[in-house]
Amino acid sequence: MNYLDELENESVYIFREVAAQFDNPVLLFSGGKDSILMVELAIKAFYPAPIPFPLMHIDTGHNFPETIEFRDYLVDKYNLKLIVVSVEETINSKGIIEESGKYASRNNLQTISLLEGINDNKFDACLGGARRDEEKARAKERIFSVRDDFGQWDAKNQRPELFDILNGAINQGENMRVFPISNWTELDVWNYIRRENIELPSVYFAHKRNVFYRDGMIWPASDFVFSEQDESIVEQTVRFRTVGDMTCTAAVESNADNLDLIITEIESALISERGARIDDKRSEAAMEKRKETGYF
Amino acid sequence: MSIIRISTAGSVDDGKSTLIGRLLFDTKSLPQDKIDAIQLSSEKKGLKELDLALITDGLTAEREQGITIDVAHIFFSTASRKYIIADTPGHVEYTRNMVTGASNSQVSMILIDARKGILEQTRRHLFIAKFLEMEQVLFVINKMDLMDYNQQTFESLKDELLDVCVAIDFPLDRVSFVPISAKVGDNVVEKSKHMDWYSGPTILGYLEQLNLRANLNDDFRFNVQYVVRPQSADFSDFRGYAGKVKSGTIKVGDEIQVNSSGQKSRVLRIFKGNSPILEAGPEASVLIELEKAIDISRGDTLTQSHEDVVHDKNLIAQLCWLDKRPLNIAKKYLLRHAGFQTIVAINEVVKTLDFDTLNFMVSKLVEQNTICEVEIKAAAPIYLDNFKRNKKNGYFILVDRDTNATVAVGVKQ
Repeated sequence: MNYLDELENESVYIFREVAAQFDNPVLLFSGGKDSILMVELAIKAFYPAPIPFPLMHIDTGHNFPETIEFRDYLVDKYNLKLIVVSVEETINSKGIIEESGKYASRNNLQTISLLEGINDNKFDACLGGARRDEEKARAKERIFSVRDDFGQWDAKNQRPELFDILNGAINQGENMRVFPISNWTELDVWNYIRRENIELPSVYFAHKRNVFYRDGMIWPASDFVFSEQDESIVEQTVRFRTVGDMTCTAAVESNADNLDLIITEIESALISERGARIDDKRSEAAMEKRKETGYF
Repeated sequence: MSIIRISTAGSVDDGKSTLIGRLLFDTKSLPQDKIDAIQLSSEKKGLKELDLALITDGLTAEREQGITIDVAHIFFSTASRKYIIADTPGHVEYTRNMVTGASNSQVSMILIDARKGILEQTRRHLFIAKFLEMEQVLFVINKMDLMDYNQQTFESLKDELLDVCVAIDFPLDRVSFVPISAKVGDNVVEKSKHMDWYSGPTILGYLEQLNLRANLNDDFRFNVQYVVRPQSADFSDFRGYAGKVKSGTIKVGDEIQVNSSGQKSRVLRIFKGNSPILEAGPEASVLIELEKAIDISRGDTLTQSHEDVVHDKNLIAQLCWLDKRPLNIAKKYLLRHAGFQTIVAINEVVKTLDFDTLNFMVSKLVEQNTICEVEIKAAAPIYLDNFKRNKKNGYFILVDRDTNATVAVGVKQ
């Protein structure tokens, strides 16, 4: 069997297990390529019925306008149900003091909004587009991963997962995080997107953008990212290999404006995908620490 | 291009994580920023060379202690194949994680420290490979550099390992041996310059040539996961059965039977995603629409129409106990197999395996990591094949209804 079919089969199987085992699942949608892939796979899993659960987007308020535009387009195209939880509102309602300084990001605050969204909607399973090849803590994830009442991940005490049997039994208040595309690599995702003609937001393709250079990375210039006086803003042809919000995602210099060129570029890249993630660079265990407190 | 799933096994400090690191490093699968990060971490630990184990030991607790606690999933590919490696822990207390990794792989690489020879963990992991009907086992004799690359060391270990295979009845045509040094890089990707006496392939060479047998059983088994009922204008009375073909194939027009009830119908349409297809084979996640409306729900197995319906509520199985709490014979557990679940009692522990002698003995105590044979009585008939006969439809898990924990994995005998 072709490896893309093998991966698709596995993901579709996981989506169906979630729909069968949980009362109130939700698909965590970031607007990035992996969550767009998740939507496409979910559609396949339940066709000809609609996806039997909503999407939830944790909106930091600092997103690329192109991502938000595409999100709304996709929701409209497939007639999906979308819940948006605003980090801005979490900040206001909880009187949270935001990070300051030139590295200020709402990345950590997303977790608070996410847990709030899960609680308010009583979601018992959250489907996330994390992949094991992305990052060393994510490489340790199960497909069904139990979170306690506080959304915490107990990495040292994960449930065994035998063969393809997924044990979704949880206590009330607990929550399951589910990762249907665990075994896909970055290249698999792109090859599948090409094979299936999946549409993506324009930020993934080479375009002209105002950027500035900091710590060897190319930051997108925007109202949310404060460049210092010696960081001059220049126009560059860039694209984004990974898309978080504008405060945590760096661009790459690229002329790849179609899928063939993007795939060639990734095949020969010297730097990993998350090498362009400013949020991962905070410490060696940045991802593990965030996951422990409930980050997806 | 196909995917090959591999898991590592072996005792603590046999160098499993270092081997994976070496494989990735020598196949140039590591991007520069990851190498830089490992370089930095190695320097912080006061090491002169790259600590290749840091590539897979991703948890803080693992890095602190220099051990592997849970499975890391590592990906790399060559021109002809894609590999997913489950790097599993060697400590006895994390055996459940080793079993997790092994159950989802086709090849087990069991590492042995050439200085230490066969340990209890070697035997345990080989037996687990047998328990799981692992397709291939590669014995990797590591740290040959510390034994002066001595041929005799390798040959006598090989003989001893063959004896163990014979003792537990593991098929010899499914085992191979390779002498390596993961640290130095001998016979991992590059052929060793220190072991001219070894003419076999490197580890990568072995993996590239590996001919994995498909599931030999072609009995049709389809586990229903979910019933799809769109209730839309276009599909008003549509009822489709979403699930996975475990073995065999199904074609449009074939007659099928619901195993629990014996009711029969013919396949009207098969969908893969939104495309209608004419036939579906092993591992395919599809949706089946039948000609007649018959009673089918999650947990049902569809088979070919000429097979006998199973009414058996009794089951003899081998278990590998995974939970910290020992098996409690007075307790009822939940047996799960695909979408099917039922309450079961363990009527009797027939025998348990002694990892020292590799013989089964009469003992009723089933603790964490015990492999045993049990008699199970279920509340509802269980439709499973003999695991040896059909690997894809012969396994189950037991769940503790009080804790929700997966306490055991079992295979039908």
